Amino acid sequence: MALQSLDIASRSATTTPSPSMRETAEVAKLIDVSTCIGCKACQAACMEWNDLRDEVGRNSGVLDNPRDLSAASWTVMRYAEVEEGGKLEWLIRKDGCMHCADPGCLKACPAPGAIVKYANGIVDFQEENCIGCGYCITGCPFNIPRISQKDGKAYKCTLCSDRVAVGMEPACIKACPTGALQFGSKEQMKDYAAERIADLQQRGFQNAGLYDPPGVGGTHVMYVLHHADRPQLYRELPANPTISPLVALWKGVAKPVAAAALGLVALGSLFHYVVKGPNEVSKEMEKEVEE
Amino acid sequence: MNRDPRDLQRYTAPERANHWLVGICFILLALSGLALFHPAFYPLAQLFGGGTWARILHPYIGVVLAICFAALFVRFRALNVMAPTDWEWLRRMREMAAGDDHTMPAQGKYNGGQKLLFWIMAACVALLALSGVIMWRAWLNLPVDLVRVAAVVHAAAAAVMIGFIIVHIYAAIWTKGTIRAMWYGTVTRAWAKQHHRAWYRQITGDQR
Repeated sequence: MALQSLDIASRSATTTPSPSMRETAEVAKLIDVSTCIGCKACQAACMEWNDLRDEVGRNSGVLDNPRDLSAASWTVMRYAEVEEGGKLEWLIRKDGCMHCADPGCLKACPAPGAIVKYANGIVDFQEENCIGCGYCITGCPFNIPRISQKDGKAYKCTLCSDRVAVGMEPACIKACPTGALQFGSKEQMKDYAAERIADLQQRGFQNAGLYDPPGVGGTHVMYVLHHADRPQLYRELPANPTISPLVALWKGVAKPVAAAALGLVALGSLFHYVVKGPNEVSKEMEKEVEE
Repeated sequence: MNRDPRDLQRYTAPERANHWLVGICFILLALSGLALFHPAFYPLAQLFGGGTWARILHPYIGVVLAICFAALFVRFRALNVMAPTDWEWLRRMREMAAGDDHTMPAQGKYNGGQKLLFWIMAACVALLALSGVIMWRAWLNLPVDLVRVAAVVHAAAAAVMIGFIIVHIYAAIWTKGTIRAMWYGTVTRAWAKQHHRAWYRQITGDQR
């Protein structure tokens, strides 16, 4: 539900401004991969707060459980074993919606108000308006939204917009035992990340850095990575995510151009008739065939 | 039903029924497709019972159109092979549109414009059916790069098809005595001789 306390910065398939009188500070979740121990308390807290119970899956011999995001699993830990400088590194990334400043899902969505971006930066799905077309999946540069087999609606992390609206932190942040998950204003989180990065660089991770990809206008979920130069190491975190040029074409310039072209063809036809009149069979021809 | 016994049979009942099935499917697809394409057209989804119903029904109607169009294609393929006079007709279409058709080359059952439309429709339906299946999330979950290409192809082919169908319908309204061919199958001799002289000569044996 669109909470009145969260002002709306943009709304899917809507060409007029949304209620946006109040200005809210941008919020962000910071995921410090270097202090994550992969305990999955965040996954459990997400299930609990959002009242989600995914189907019990199968043990496939790895720690990833569930194996992928689903309509009922809005965050999952992804584990990668990587060899760096002759040493084994166990890289664990909490995956879920990145809450892009320029959300591909919202751009692609054809249903008015099914996806909103609040002034605080949270991108939220409004399932009562969702028609289940899956265009959000086509638009997302991070492969996050999932369509439910049960109700045909799309689901993903809400960044606990309901909790944030009343001044609480998201459930996953509350549950994290190591402080790997932090929440606050985006500015605060960047400052905090800078401290963590300085510490990591001092300890030999020269390429430590913040993942706040500019290709999607920055995100409201950011990572501190030990190898910020190679985000792909972290289970294919995209190095430079952007809204695909195909999606930008399809949901950008194509819409007004095609609508205008069709309008012109229809109007052109009408005015052709008005100017030239009908193409009738001539009287001479009618006489000719009578003979 | 027999009106004027001198009228010429242009379409058989199965041909007309086939065309109407395609036409009905096309109108439903255009309305629901436009609703999903641009927010300005989203209210059209109400004709189908809301956005979710429009999304559910659109691809199934598409399957029906693809099958019916394939039948139409088989029926009329041979009659729509482009000949040199067709290209000449197309080059001189401006004169035709200006209302001066007296000097246009004699046309068979179909003129160059109708034949070109036939092949454009065949290409559009093929592209729309293929890209549409790729985008059908209710049944398939294909690689996202492929789905993105399909989305662009689907929108582009649909815009081209809707544009040409507007012209197709307008041409039938503009050329008086044409629409009855699709209602009950016959045209007058004068209509045939004026617009499709070669066809008129062929079926009447009147060589004037």
